[in-house]
Amino acid sequence: MKHQNVPVSQDQMLMHKLPRRAFLRYAGFGSIGLTAWMMAASCHKDHNSSPSAEEVTLGSGDVGILNYAYALEQLEAAFYTQVVQTPYSGITDMELSFFTDIRDHEIAHREFFKAALSTQAIASLQFDFSSINFSSRSSVIATAKAFEDLGVSAYNGAGVYLQTPDYLTLAGKIVSVEARHAAYLRELVMTDTFVDSDVVDQNGLDLSRKPSEVLVIASTYIKTKINSQLP
Amino acid sequence: MNMYRIFRAIEEIDPEVYERINTRREAMKEFAQVGKKLSLAALPLALGAMLNKAYAQSNTSASVVDILNYALTLEYLEATFYSMGATQGSALIPNANDLTAIQKISADETAHVNFLKAVIPQLGGTPVNKPNFDFTANGTFADVFSNYQTFLAVAQAFEDTGVRAYKGQAANIMSNSTVLQAALNIHSVEARHASKIRLMRRLNGFSNSVKPWITGNDTGGIGSSVQPVYAGEDNTVQAGVQITGIGGLSISASAASEAFDEPLDMQSVLAIASLFIKS
Repeated sequence: MKHQNVPVSQDQMLMHKLPRRAFLRYAGFGSIGLTAWMMAASCHKDHNSSPSAEEVTLGSGDVGILNYAYALEQLEAAFYTQVVQTPYSGITDMELSFFTDIRDHEIAHREFFKAALSTQAIASLQFDFSSINFSSRSSVIATAKAFEDLGVSAYNGAGVYLQTPDYLTLAGKIVSVEARHAAYLRELVMTDTFVDSDVVDQNGLDLSRKPSEVLVIASTYIKTKINSQLP
Repeated sequence: MNMYRIFRAIEEIDPEVYERINTRREAMKEFAQVGKKLSLAALPLALGAMLNKAYAQSNTSASVVDILNYALTLEYLEATFYSMGATQGSALIPNANDLTAIQKISADETAHVNFLKAVIPQLGGTPVNKPNFDFTANGTFADVFSNYQTFLAVAQAFEDTGVRAYKGQAANIMSNSTVLQAALNIHSVEARHASKIRLMRRLNGFSNSVKPWITGNDTGGIGSSVQPVYAGEDNTVQAGVQITGIGGLSISASAASEAFDEPLDMQSVLAIASLFIKS
């Protein structure tokens, strides 16, 4: 929906100008629009704090969403870089080969966002992987599975907030690769769990998470404070 | 989710809302009917669809309906294919775990069919009928339901096509965020299926190179019969950014192509699907 990333102040201005019924036509295309409108009523205007080494600010609109994706790709790339650098004991040739592929995909995603965002890109984040035992297969594949499922739900949840069609298509190009990773890693953990009910509902729909939900989950592994005004 | 609260909130802004969706009781009844057929996750979509019917100009949803009917056609194709495959049981799929996987995919595709059939009328559209299929593609895959290797090859082509098809329409349904959300949530499930099918082909020894992701425009050892499915997948430039060697890092052209799945337009997808559609 086009209007969702209009800064709240503009949104409110629009609301004053539109007759009630016209506003409903504008907001009522779907429940997500409705939710965004309900939330907009209680939101404050975006404020920008200057980023430092300890914190970053994602920004608003499409830039905010792209920086959010950039943050998640930084997390994944850092994790897989470590996995490939110090492979767990008993890793098979195929596993190492696929983990190396996945690492390269995540680095490609990270570097793409960095290049695309250019001067608007957030700084490099710092990570805390102390809760992960990189020498243990079960620890690594469980974490990898969690990251990939989180990534899929994050892209699925962020798509509706993008205003620019090309960015939506780009997010689509990435999310299906994350879903390929997720399914593979779930199969490593246990056979035939690639579409289990914790990620796919009875309508055959994958999970979506709002940026705010994702950032809370990811914060376990991210030392840098992320300032976000995203939903 | 408290539906009454949402209805009340709408009433406050537009007291005449029920003149657009009959009476409040009718609206709740209509919604309850829909609710019986759909899971909780689908309810916001159905509500959005109802509001759409009430407020949207009638011409705005036409193309969205067309796209959903296009998706439904592809889901019919997949659902029918997996259902027929699973029915063959161990005669076609010797490995018990593989059979379970095919049954799970079959259930997802059938769920997608039912979901789309329930949603399209809510947007004022009529779901298309199920076509008659020829999964041998006029003899190209003659042993598709008796040779497991052929079956998985066709499955891979269907899943990878499905991923590209949904991806190709995302930007065309941005005007309806509830539909977009659902399409995105189906899209990634198709990618999960594709990954699993590709892994099964590898682990069954049907290809010693196929991976869960798509490398270049490689068919994963299937060959020219499915080449159109992978046309353009070898792209390594995204939004004007060359991904190969990006940032001075050793990202190969293979990895660069694998890292981004490519969309496919409706015409190309239908050209592929039509090989399997009799009428």
